[in-house]
Amino acid sequence: MASSDGAVDDASRIRREIEALKNERSDIDRQISDLETQLRGLQSKTEVVHNDGLAAHGLSPDLIYRHSRHLMLPSFGVQGQSKLSKSSVLVVGAGGLGSPALLYLAACGLGKIGIVDHDVVELNNLHRQVIHSEEYIGSPKVESAAAACLKINSTVLITKHQEALRTTNALDIVSKYDIVIDATDNAPSRYLINDCCVVLGKPLVSGAAIGMEGQLTVYNYKGGPCYRCLFPLPPPTTACQRCSDSGVLGVVPGIIGCLQALEAIKIASSVGEPLSGRMLLLDSLSTKIRIVKIRGRSSQCEVCGENSFFTPQHFKGFDYEKFTQTPLSVAPVKLSLLTPDFRITAKEYKQRIVQGEAHVLVDVRPEHHFKIVSLPNALNIPLTMIEQRVGDISSALKEKQPNSSGSSPHLYVVCRRGNDSQRAVQLLHKLGFVAARDIIGGIESWAREVDPKFPTY
Amino acid sequence: MQPVILPTDFTITEPQVAVMDSVEGEIQPQEVSSAATESGSSSIEVKVLFFARARDITGVGHMPLQVSAGSTACDCLDKVVAKFPSLAEIRECMVLAVNEEYAPGSIIVEQGDELALIPPISGG
Ligand SMILES: [Zn+2]
Repeated sequence: MASSDGAVDDASRIRREIEALKNERSDIDRQISDLETQLRGLQSKTEVVHNDGLAAHGLSPDLIYRHSRHLMLPSFGVQGQSKLSKSSVLVVGAGGLGSPALLYLAACGLGKIGIVDHDVVELNNLHRQVIHSEEYIGSPKVESAAAACLKINSTVLITKHQEALRTTNALDIVSKYDIVIDATDNAPSRYLINDCCVVLGKPLVSGAAIGMEGQLTVYNYKGGPCYRCLFPLPPPTTACQRCSDSGVLGVVPGIIGCLQALEAIKIASSVGEPLSGRMLLLDSLSTKIRIVKIRGRSSQCEVCGENSFFTPQHFKGFDYEKFTQTPLSVAPVKLSLLTPDFRITAKEYKQRIVQGEAHVLVDVRPEHHFKIVSLPNALNIPLTMIEQRVGDISSALKEKQPNSSGSSPHLYVVCRRGNDSQRAVQLLHKLGFVAARDIIGGIESWAREVDPKFPTY
Repeated sequence: MQPVILPTDFTITEPQVAVMDSVEGEIQPQEVSSAATESGSSSIEVKVLFFARARDITGVGHMPLQVSAGSTACDCLDKVVAKFPSLAEIRECMVLAVNEEYAPGSIIVEQGDELALIPPISGG
């Protein structure tokens, strides 16, 4: 016993040391990048003096060599590169879309890049957010992304905005850039960024990906439509959306993010035709890309329409969370549909297993979630199937019926985070299982409170 | 006066391979009892494409849909929603496109048209 306690102490001491060292490192990283920024400012001043008379485009010998393959491209050339070096792009979101977009933007020779993200790097980000690496788990995404960009190109100016974009800070941040890339993952941010771009007259390169599909459009570009012209009404927050989050194949946002970088580069360098008035739909399952011609600017649009007077003041006062019925922060919604009588904690459930209580546990997650990991002896009946499979629940309960005239077996319901389980219990009550209860916080709370080795996803 | 629209059966097929697409224009219009309709006696077939959440709900990438000649995109949508009631919740936020071009709900669809239902995606 004593030796295992000692091992536990050692492990927590080492963890604390790692944490302290990581904090130190990110402080040092920050200092280095600030100094590098200062140095670049000084260097570019001296370079201008040296290159006086060498070339009118203002590209230093180093930059000419670095971007030679751009310069040799007839349709791009010195003119495109020179414009690029004077442009700035703001990337909102350093996740699945923002990762590849930022890497290419850093590499291409843009003048200035801004990164907005309030989140930290987590292990389950790495399969798609390719700008981050294991060593940055737990660090802010803006730090990790900026460091990766500077590794590729130490000459690019990067501004880190370690905060979520909100109505209080968006006008200030967005106004500092020429082009905005929407690489966020939620509806309120998409409307907020669109409206801010309309108010400030900035072109918006909007990308999105989920499952095996992606979408890409350039909004608010030279009189073209805005996001609201196309989607005046936000999608409803559908039931179970939060509890059974949908997955995404890592490379799909990767492709869309690369295309976002491409569109931003085209706009910045005035080369080619941006994807304005058109929407690209990527179906990765069948490897089909469709370009759909979308509507032009809507005169009825509440934000960019002829008769709309959407001012910065309107923007600041607009409640995007209420409009989309979705919180801006990524923290999952915690529903509270049931009274405490009909809920038990994961710890209480564990006790009941230990006591050998006769019961049936129904796991209402989708089947492909159940296959990832499940609690012992759980019966998988997805939320959408409960009504059809009432018989299965009844017969499972009958099987557990004690031979003697003991109390009838209990019925518990679990899901991933404890929202769908409450919906299921409400439904089960209606179907006659009046004593059904749910496990608060789902299998995630089981992993937190009962069994730390239980996998989470 | 509203034309009477006959209820027609739906058939859902699994996503077909690309080669099959060319055959679709050749599907013969079905005969519809003339007693039941005033506005022309034929039905046409359009191909409905589902994207994102619409695809999740229906479980298919596309399906053929028989409607009476003269039907609008909105009529087609009514029929699809009747078949998949869960689509109703995203109906108002979907973009409609006919033959890869934005279309208002009032547009008349023709035999062989492709009607795409495109809800927004938010993820990233
Ligand atoms: Zn608009």
